[in-house]
Amino acid sequence: MGKYLDALKKDVRFVEGMKSCMNCGVCTAICPAASFYNYDPRLIVNTVQTHDEEKIEQLLKDDIIWYCGQCMSCKTRCPRGNAPGLIICALRKLSQDTGLFAESEKGRQQLAVKRTVGDNILKIGYCVFPDTVIPEKHPEQGPVWEWIYEHRADIMSKFGANYKGRFGALRKIDDKDLAELKSIFDVSGGSDLYNKVEKYSSRKAKEMHMHLDETNDCEYVTHVMDYNSNTHSKE
Amino acid sequence: MKTEGKKRVWEDYQKEIAEDHYYFQRSCIRQNFFPGSETAFLKILTGELGRDIMDDPHHTTCTGIGYHADIVPFDTTMTVVARHFALMTENGYENMIISCVTSFGIYTEILETWKHFPEVLARARRYLKKATGREFNIPKNVTHASDIIYKFKDQIAAKAKYRLINQQTGEPLKVVEHIGCHYSKMFPSWGVGGAEFPYVLQGMVESWGGEVIDYPERRHCCGFGFRQYIVRANRGYSVANSKKKFESMKPYKPDFVVCNCPGCTMFMDKWQYTISEMEGKTYDEYGFGIPVLTYEEMAGLVLGYDPWELGLQMHQVQSEPLLDKMGIPYDPAEKYKTASGKTFRLPAEPTSLKVCV
Repeated sequence: MGKYLDALKKDVRFVEGMKSCMNCGVCTAICPAASFYNYDPRLIVNTVQTHDEEKIEQLLKDDIIWYCGQCMSCKTRCPRGNAPGLIICALRKLSQDTGLFAESEKGRQQLAVKRTVGDNILKIGYCVFPDTVIPEKHPEQGPVWEWIYEHRADIMSKFGANYKGRFGALRKIDDKDLAELKSIFDVSGGSDLYNKVEKYSSRKAKEMHMHLDETNDCEYVTHVMDYNSNTHSKE
Repeated sequence: MKTEGKKRVWEDYQKEIAEDHYYFQRSCIRQNFFPGSETAFLKILTGELGRDIMDDPHHTTCTGIGYHADIVPFDTTMTVVARHFALMTENGYENMIISCVTSFGIYTEILETWKHFPEVLARARRYLKKATGREFNIPKNVTHASDIIYKFKDQIAAKAKYRLINQQTGEPLKVVEHIGCHYSKMFPSWGVGGAEFPYVLQGMVESWGGEVIDYPERRHCCGFGFRQYIVRANRGYSVANSKKKFESMKPYKPDFVVCNCPGCTMFMDKWQYTISEMEGKTYDEYGFGIPVLTYEEMAGLVLGYDPWELGLQMHQVQSEPLLDKMGIPYDPAEKYKTASGKTFRLPAEPTSLKVCV
């Protein structure tokens, strides 16, 4: 066994998801990502089951492991009980642990994920909150959302929410509860993963001669959030 | 004999849904985009059905969107879930209702993992104790909120003021039911009807007079894709997958879509707007789009709740054409008023998608 395979085998999702692939391609047939991207989840499973460390390292550096949308339709359909989606979860974790995520365009986007949803979780206790869905950054949300966003403090109560109150929908999460959440992240590896994503992104930003600071409007964060080489989709 | 055999087989596709005394876990997306649905859920459970449910302010996000966007490790998510079990235990509850399908999928993944890997459960207990000093019991019953409405669908039908029937034609409304992937595709035994015949929404629709459309891409993902939406550069994935569904359902002329997943409800609504802006295309006959409802909004309309208190105006695709079909009265002047009676500047009108102002 090599270092990558050993690490993957410590992830319970890899143990559960990787049994034995017969290359039937049902996962690819059912996969929403494969209907949009130049992508074949079957190849990922097949590569991993070769146990070839060089090929696994190549996967960890590649865009290919970042195309999956984790709908997990593949888990339902695999006739051998594999779950390509779970194998991809384990590969993505390892790619971030080793810093190799920063070597691919789609992998580098993990900093954008960390700076949005990741930071929301620890700062406010929600993955998403009205204050974080800024209309200029979310044009797809449309004019009704713009209207709600602008008047959120007044509008939300009509629907039974208690925006930034002490209980109910959209309450402000109590500082003690946020402190427990942070403590869980510290103990269980969540804070460590955030730190690694920041550290390896910072290294990559320097290499790419881009400015990275703690704001989300800086050059590197904007780049990883918006840049698309347009080499990924089928068309 | 054949019918009896089918009934027996169907029993294998059912799940246990607790009768009463629930601990409620709210959804980040639902609170954000349609809080009226969780409000209606609690109103139906306590007001209509007389059930006991605890809405505990001390629970947080389950971290689910972060987990499926791979920025939160499994061990962290499982320990956050363990904390929620501890809060449930400390408050004297044994049954948990999960409002979000992403969360529900996470709870099922964690409970199934603990069942097969006891050492992972032991780690969760150790981490939680170290981080918070808390301990927990595993719930006796874990359900998604839509399971509960499904369980009580016939009691709701008995109280119905309106039915899912077109009042002008007398025909059942044609309904697209969209079930979130993480409801039962990952762990089929946790969903009513499993992964092959998920019946949780269809059961409600049929009980309340409607008819479900079986279209080719019925079980295709809405396209949320977590990182495929969170990261702006990837959003083409998300809208393209929703579009695949709209194109497939359009020939069946659905009167509305109902979802049990918060993300699906939001995306199937907002992507219709986006596609209309990008291509000038809508998926109904008259340019208003297909309304996308939560199951509580559907139940609330059936029970005669005020559409503007349910929050139907929070969706981008507006529901007046559906209300007209069901014969539900509404006051346009109340639509955009706040709880205190204020009216702000109305939302701007989209370029192509028609809205009722």
